[in-house]
Parts: sequence; structure tokens; C-alpha cells
Amino acid sequence: MATVRLSFSPEPAHVRTARLVGVAVARRAGIGGDLLDEVRLAIGEACSRAVALHRRHGLRTPISMEMTDGPAYEVRVVDQAPADATTAGAVPDLAVTPAVDAIDAPPDGLSEEAVAAGMGLTLLASLVDSLEVRRVAGGTGTSVRMVWLPRPTR
Amino acid sequence: MDLSLSTRTVSDHTVLQVGGEVDVYTAPKLRERLVELVDGGARKVVVDLGKVEFLDSTGLGVLVGAHKRLRAAGGRLALVCAREPLLKIFRITALDQVFPLFESVDAATAAGADGQLT
Repeated sequence: MATVRLSFSPEPAHVRTARLVGVAVARRAGIGGDLLDEVRLAIGEACSRAVALHRRHGLRTPISMEMTDGPAYEVRVVDQAPADATTAGAVPDLAVTPAVDAIDAPPDGLSEEAVAAGMGLTLLASLVDSLEVRRVAGGTGTSVRMVWLPRPTR
Repeated sequence: MDLSLSTRTVSDHTVLQVGGEVDVYTAPKLRERLVELVDGGARKVVVDLGKVEFLDSTGLGVLVGAHKRLRAAGGRLALVCAREPLLKIFRITALDQVFPLFESVDAATAAGADGQLT
């Protein structure tokens, strides 16, 4: 059962609020030190991705975020956007690092947004102990589930 | 904390000091300022991230955009970044191999004067 549940309209300004709440609950869950920076960034990336998807599809429906404090700290960010290239598969190819390839692309090649999205997924994959991206069962949207195990403060 | 931006000139380099949080909400302001600088003729640009408390992929995208714009104009972009959490982001995304990263503005402008950035 979720400890804290947050629902916000797809506005870039609310991503900061989501980060602040996510980090506050993480502290309560015993996460500390450098790991808090990683939690902050990963939540920001997951929420930015959700906001971008909603805006691309002209959706005004809210994005939901659930934080569960247990033996591990679990955050789930759920969007309501239809499947597209980045979410068509169960899990996108998180191993790719398109950012560096994109540097040498012609200026009219990959957009800054596409470069950022690729780097966002790269960051997510490296900052989370366990990451799962999947279609919402029986509905439209994707769920990004992130899990961190508390570790001794460095 | 919101984004703060201030520009100054240090030995023929344009130094843009960035402070606060660079994310999906504030990154457009950073992009706008960098485009203004390049359009205004700046070619040796140093972005000082020393006072940045948070940087996400949107911010990285803006820096990549500025790097490309400057390179197309025959200029160079260098970054000042000494804090480990930020350096880690550059390592994970392999952007540490793209941007010249310096510990201080002095180190960045000295490298530019030596032609190391050209």
C-alpha cells in the first residue's frame, strides 16, 4: 500500500514539486547521503518523461506518483499517454546511450528534446536499483517503477 | 530555488554563471540566454555550473544544443563543474567526453587562451 500518493497536472513546474515530495518520503524511508541525489534525479527524469508524453499527446489528465515505504523505497510514476516509439515495447532499450552519437548529428538532426529524452532514460537506468517500465494493464499509459534499497550513508 | 543566470567577461571569454535548479521547467530560460549570447557574437563561452543545485537531462540537452550551435559558428563551449553529484551525471551520459570540464573559471579561460579549446 502506498505511503504517499500524488497526482499532478502535466505542467513542467510541477515536476519540482514531485521531486521535493519524493525526496521527503525517501528520507522517511531511511534513504540518505548520496543516494538522495540519485532518488531526486531519477524521480525528476520519470516525471519529466511523463509530462512530455502528456503534452505531446495534448492530454490534460493528471500524472500519478505513488511512494511506498517498506524494506525498500518504491516510487511508481504512471502516465496516461498512448503507446509510441518510446513505450511500444514492454521496456525500452535502456542500454543505448544516444546522447554522444547525437552530438555529431547535423544540427537539424536529433532535436534537443530527443537528445534529452535519450539521456533521461540512460540516467534512469543507472540511478535506480531496480527499474521496470511497462504498459498499464488494461488501460492506456505506462508505469515506471523505481526501487531503491537503503544503504549505509557514505 | 529557481534558476539564476548572470553573464560576465573574463579575458575574452563570455562566462555564464548558472545557479539553482536546471530542469524541465527552467531549462528554456537557460536555452534562451545561450542562444542570445551566441547570436550576440560570443564564441568562447564558459558555462559555470558551480552554483547549480540540480541538473537533469533537459538541462544536458540545452548544453548539447549550445555546444552544437557554437561549433557551427566556429566557437567553443567549456563547462566549469567541480561537484561530484554533477560530474557523475556527465560520466553516466558520457558527456564528459564531449564537453571540456574544468574545476574553475580561471582554469577554463586559461585553457581557452592557450588554444586548448580550439
